[in-house]
Amino acid sequence: MMRLLYLLLLLTAGAAQGAEFGPLLAEKSSVTFVTRQMNVPVEGVFRKFTAQMLLDPARPDTGRAQIDIDLGSVDAGSDEANEEVKGKSWFNARDFPRASFSSTAFRVLGGGRFETSGKMSIKGKTLEVRAPFTLRQEKDMLVLDGSFPLKRLDYGIGSGIWSDTSVVADEVQVRFHFVLTPVRK
Amino acid sequence: MIPARYTHTAIALHWLTALLIVALFPLGVYMADLALSPLKLRLISYHKWLGVTVFLLLLLRLAWRVSHKPPPLPDSMPLWQRHAANGLHHLLYLLLFAIPLSGWLMSSAKGFQTVYLGLLPLPDLIGKDKALGDLLREVHETLNMAMLVLLLAHIGAALRHHFIERDGILARMLPFLERGDSR
Ligand code: HEM
Repeated sequence: MMRLLYLLLLLTAGAAQGAEFGPLLAEKSSVTFVTRQMNVPVEGVFRKFTAQMLLDPARPDTGRAQIDIDLGSVDAGSDEANEEVKGKSWFNARDFPRASFSSTAFRVLGGGRFETSGKMSIKGKTLEVRAPFTLRQEKDMLVLDGSFPLKRLDYGIGSGIWSDTSVVADEVQVRFHFVLTPVRK
Repeated sequence: MIPARYTHTAIALHWLTALLIVALFPLGVYMADLALSPLKLRLISYHKWLGVTVFLLLLLRLAWRVSHKPPPLPDSMPLWQRHAANGLHHLLYLLLFAIPLSGWLMSSAKGFQTVYLGLLPLPDLIGKDKALGDLLREVHETLNMAMLVLLLAHIGAALRHHFIERDGILARMLPFLERGDSR
């Protein structure tokens, strides 16, 4: 079934020959994350980010993405948490206002799934990450949905007393939902 | 006349609840004023687990009480006192229900689900809503202050029965100090 959908996707994309998608429909897109605090999943969101993307569903491997997230726009669930998380031991948003992802490759995983890998920079540290995602065409828009786990301590997010992972888990699930509009030629 | 005793189950449930309240109350006051820290998050979780336990114990108690009539108050007590005792006990049951419930709802409104013992997620009965969360926190606090006052009256009355009236009312809720017939 997924294979069939994927084929259909390729076909429809093929019909629109080389249809590239890029500009982000910001108000429909989101970058969210889920942390675990004492085993309670707590959702957060970044209200401001920019994404320069170029993706052709017919030739996904040529895709490119540069995503910049304004860490000061974080909503971690409460005013108290927002203040805390922008502070030195977490994002240190004053000295490192942005987190960024630059893709180095896009791959087709099969079964309607894709993957991008690239460099994630947060708080002055740059590490390789991979993020699987799905694609779906909605009217004339391309909808990209994916998530990947990130170990916060790899980037020194939540240091000092907060490095106790029995309270706030090391692993944070990052989710992205991008709605791309066609590139106008 | 020596009044009949409460059942062992009723006595166990009563004192277990009392023990938990004695732990929960200061824990709540202490953690509420802490600055955000891992310790605070940990204590809030423990507080919620203990609070949910009180709620579960209350459900057990209510089920037990419906099926096991408590021993009647002695005729030696003036009628108004018997009514007062009855009313007070009902109010305490009401608070033992309303306080954990307000805590549970508050947690949901604050967007922080309750996961009992870190294992069993309780459903969020209401969605995230900051204003409602702040209101429920006030409700939780106010109900707790009300309970504090009622508990002082409850304890005061129990001690008065024991040391002044010497009518065995306290003894029938004590696990030791068996006096006369137990049922
Ligand atoms: C009989 C059971 C309970 C008692 C006696 C109790 C007592 C208290 C007390 C005295 C406070 C401090 C109020 C203040 O000074 O601000 C408090 C705070 C709190 N309680 Fe409870 N509680 C109970 C059950 C629960 C339950 C079941 C939950 C959640 C599932 C809960 C969640 C909270 C939270 C989150 C706070 C902190 C509010 C804040 O800091 O903003 N409580 N509790």
